[in-house]
Amino acid sequence: MHGSRRVAIIAGLRTPFAKANTVLKAARGVDLARHVARELLYRTELEGHLVDEVIWGQVVPSPLVPNVAREVSLLPQFPPSVPAYTLNRACASGAQAVQNAADQIAVGHADIILAGGVESLSDVPVLHSRRMSGILVEASKARSLGARLRVLSKVRPRDLIPVSPAVAEPSTGESMGQSAEKMAKENHISREAQDRIALMSHQRATAAVADGRMTAEIAPWFGGSGMDEPVTTDNGIRSDTSLEKLAALQPVFDRRYGSVTAGNSSPLTDGAACVLLMAEDRARALGYQPLAFVRSYAVAAVDPGWQLLMGPALAVPRALARAGLSWGDIGVLEIHEAFAAQVLSNVQAWSSAEWASRLGLPGPVGEVDWERTNLMGGSIAVGHPFGATGCRIITSLANEMNRRDVQFGMLSICAQGGMGYAMILERT
Amino acid sequence: MSAFTSRNENGFAVVTFDLPGSPVNTLGSAVSREFAALLDRLFRDGSVRAIVLMSGKPDNFIAGADIEEFARLDSEEEAATLSKEAEDVMDRVAASPKPIVAAIHGACLGGGFELALACQWRIATDHPKTQIGLPEIQLGIIPGAGGTQRLPRLVGARAALDMILAGKSEPGARALRLGMVDELVPNSILLEVALRAADRLATIGPGRRERRGGIAALLLDRNPIGRRVVYSQARKTVLARTGGNYPAPLAALDVVQTGLERGFRAGLRAEHEAFGKLAVSDVSHRLVEIFFATTALKKDDGVPPGTVGEVAPIRRIAVVGAGFMGAAIAGTAVLRARVEARLKDADLTRVGRGIRGALRILDERLKRRRISRPEHARLASLISGAADFSGFRRADLVIEAVFEDLQVKRDVLADVETMITADTIFATNTSTIPIADIAEGAQRPGNVLGMHFFSPVEKMPLLEVIPHAGTAPECVVRAVRFGRKMGKTVIVVADHPGFWVNRILLPYMNEAGLLLEEGVPIDLVDRVMTRFGFPVGPVTLLDEVGLDVGAKAGKVMHEKFGARLEPAGVLARMLDGGRQGRKNGKGFYRYADGKKQGVDESVYTLLGVTPREDAAPTMVQQRLVYAMLNEAAMAAGEGVVRSPRDGDIGAVFGIGFPAFRGGPLRMIDDMGASRVVQLLRSLEASHGERFRPADALVQMADNGERFYQGG
Repeated sequence: MHGSRRVAIIAGLRTPFAKANTVLKAARGVDLARHVARELLYRTELEGHLVDEVIWGQVVPSPLVPNVAREVSLLPQFPPSVPAYTLNRACASGAQAVQNAADQIAVGHADIILAGGVESLSDVPVLHSRRMSGILVEASKARSLGARLRVLSKVRPRDLIPVSPAVAEPSTGESMGQSAEKMAKENHISREAQDRIALMSHQRATAAVADGRMTAEIAPWFGGSGMDEPVTTDNGIRSDTSLEKLAALQPVFDRRYGSVTAGNSSPLTDGAACVLLMAEDRARALGYQPLAFVRSYAVAAVDPGWQLLMGPALAVPRALARAGLSWGDIGVLEIHEAFAAQVLSNVQAWSSAEWASRLGLPGPVGEVDWERTNLMGGSIAVGHPFGATGCRIITSLANEMNRRDVQFGMLSICAQGGMGYAMILERT
Repeated sequence: MSAFTSRNENGFAVVTFDLPGSPVNTLGSAVSREFAALLDRLFRDGSVRAIVLMSGKPDNFIAGADIEEFARLDSEEEAATLSKEAEDVMDRVAASPKPIVAAIHGACLGGGFELALACQWRIATDHPKTQIGLPEIQLGIIPGAGGTQRLPRLVGARAALDMILAGKSEPGARALRLGMVDELVPNSILLEVALRAADRLATIGPGRRERRGGIAALLLDRNPIGRRVVYSQARKTVLARTGGNYPAPLAALDVVQTGLERGFRAGLRAEHEAFGKLAVSDVSHRLVEIFFATTALKKDDGVPPGTVGEVAPIRRIAVVGAGFMGAAIAGTAVLRARVEARLKDADLTRVGRGIRGALRILDERLKRRRISRPEHARLASLISGAADFSGFRRADLVIEAVFEDLQVKRDVLADVETMITADTIFATNTSTIPIADIAEGAQRPGNVLGMHFFSPVEKMPLLEVIPHAGTAPECVVRAVRFGRKMGKTVIVVADHPGFWVNRILLPYMNEAGLLLEEGVPIDLVDRVMTRFGFPVGPVTLLDEVGLDVGAKAGKVMHEKFGARLEPAGVLARMLDGGRQGRKNGKGFYRYADGKKQGVDESVYTLLGVTPREDAAPTMVQQRLVYAMLNEAAMAAGEGVVRSPRDGDIGAVFGIGFPAFRGGPLRMIDDMGASRVVQLLRSLEASHGERFRPADALVQMADNGERFYQGG
């Protein structure tokens, strides 16, 4: 790392991930974020006053809680003096929070930072049209009841139709799924290859739940008074899925010639995750055993109108170069699965000489070995709460690196706006 | 030193009340005289246009009359005179030629509010410590100094009776809504606003107060026929609540009625006459004693003063066992003491239930608007839980509320001890198991003690703290102080079987069982005790606590005390019949939708008895009452409680022993030990050895001693 101090990842934790509008729909994003942060403090037995800063990632904040990080650091388990901010690097926001924390620690501005991310897609803002908003503002300024009614009489039925934010690129108007569909076609990714990725995701996640690796990373959600049983696992993981079942699903974005289905895409998800970072010397002084250290990271961006989710093709070689490592040094790899079509497009780009020259790289980056990649499944099965995924992946990666006793691990995340994110962790 | 200072600010006299040598302001006769003299001076002082009255105490305006002085009153006449004198001072305030503004921050109670009521303008702060009301009823008296007359005229008969008859106080915001005060401001601008009000009043007068309450007020408060409805409703409520055992609320009602129907002066006369009678009544004496006892207990850490130095406060607790009791302990601790509470149970489903149970206590307060929504959110995030011991190392106090079984509790202690620091206190919430038995084999027995909570924890005001012989005094002090932060009155009792409360309760409950076996009707047994003054009778109480719980406690006590406490067969037969009381909807009474219905007649068949119509209520009551008095004397003689004060407080707050009787030990003193011994001897002759008078009692009778020395 560029700074003078090594930054240790001490622990990571997340809530169960649940498909939007299911078991976590009553929870607000801020509730999930506070829950997971508090639970991490209890599990690590860390005193809140030792935390220097709280950084949180969130992609679709509630207008009522614009800075969710501050609500986290205002938990009574912290003193009120812990500053906090919320950032948005789209789907890499959780990883970005960890990176910002690592930078602050590396340069010596902080010793201990809690980084996290949250998304509640059950709790997204639903807006009025601009016309309706204008009428309401005007009505609120009216001096008399009559004037108010005159303004309100301008409301037409179509003004009452709410506007929900879409998962689409503002610059191109193209939805995420349409982009994935486009990439599948341009890179000739078959439907079957996509379904195999999805199947692997579910099977590996199922195994990780069964042997407890997954459960250990999850803080049970006890919910409010309407809830009888605590939520302890992700509800998107299908232990019973098969290639046949996946093959039976209709493509969503191109019904005739498409290959991207609900089965080989990540679902809209609610959840929160966080990672505790410390300066190495501080961790040792407090008696914490680091899981891993941040070695390097890189962010890249491509034209969103081109292949929207191809950013990782550039970010990964950059992170490797910054770390002074080569592909072969990486013992465990985590690829964020927004869509199987995107995963396979990224994999193709890393391995091909043609892509390397197209991207201006000296040569192919490397061939993905699936026996060392996405060992606990990925976002297709587990789910993808935008802001939280980065922290989920970093936690799983660090834990798998320890279990497999490898020195280096890497993660790759594609993000809205044509961005790609990569981070490399190391042990000892 | 004088209690009042006055400074002139641009033509306004700012009078500050700061009673020397006392943390709070109280009104005694000396203070009243000084105040009256000061008023005279200010009235004559031409440079003073208006007066602002405020307090020099932090967070306290005037806590009320000087109760010590009041307690020394000997005769009705003396008491009536005191009330009359106070009335006269208030009259002068009310008739002041210069406007007087009360600037109220902190408690404004009893005489304090009566003074504020006489002022021309009242401004309160929005601080939570600002509580305004007339709590005199709680001491068995009625508001004096015109309180019963001015308040109804200000807020209407309904609201005034509501406050006076229950003796409750209101926070600033509600006081404003009800019309008790005229303005509500933050403390930071209280004086400024008060000076501005004084200026306005001196210049243009107070103006008309807006009438509140709309049509309901017009129909009920502002016409004599409507008020008649109000009085009769209030009378019914009072009788239902007091069972006719407390004369003060009825007297207050009469006095308010007299004032509103026959005029202010007639009302004032009625007020000081009633005040005089009540002030020297036995009921008031008992209630005042209880008040003093609770006040003294607030300063009593349970060990002789000077035993320990500074101790660290409890900031975080952990609770093992997330059942009904554990959840309620966690919820109450969070609500009242504002500490972190971590719940632990064997599986996550139970933990979840416990967390929700604890949250419900907060939800309830939110619903009653006792806490705000952000406060609720903050408190809720203090409650968490897990199926493992994570977070326990953070705790200063671990409370165990698992199944009532010695081995289970020992196992929990052993597990917990490996997960906590050397300073963490381990408290066991047991009702009967000796603490020493649980602490035996502990790594740090000095950190182990008992904390016996009563159910429902959020409502029951008592906590028994039980050190065993090896408990470190620091731990006792920390536990006692924490109990107080939880809002409890805490008594420290000896590690004897049943401690204090259950010890004196058990023979009483057992006697109820024996009565039922003899065919005494269930409702009769309950009725004689509610007449005696208990909130519920023993059979209802058994249904409430659970027959299984009762049986288990009975077994433990029988083992320790032998034949004297041989359990009546009733409970075993009921349990065999699948009856556990309210919790499974089947007990001595019938339950529908969680509500108690009438006696379940089929119980008589189950018990093999025919209800006896000829049972003599007096005898039934005597057997029950004397079973308890005798046990109380015996336990007190063994040193289970540190003082008769603790014993009586435990009985009143722990089992609802009628407060107007002062408690079992006070009752023995009032009757005289020899009379109690006599009665017990005759019960012994007719009903067996269990009524043999306690040695301590016989000795007291022989030597003419009392529990309370010097009255």
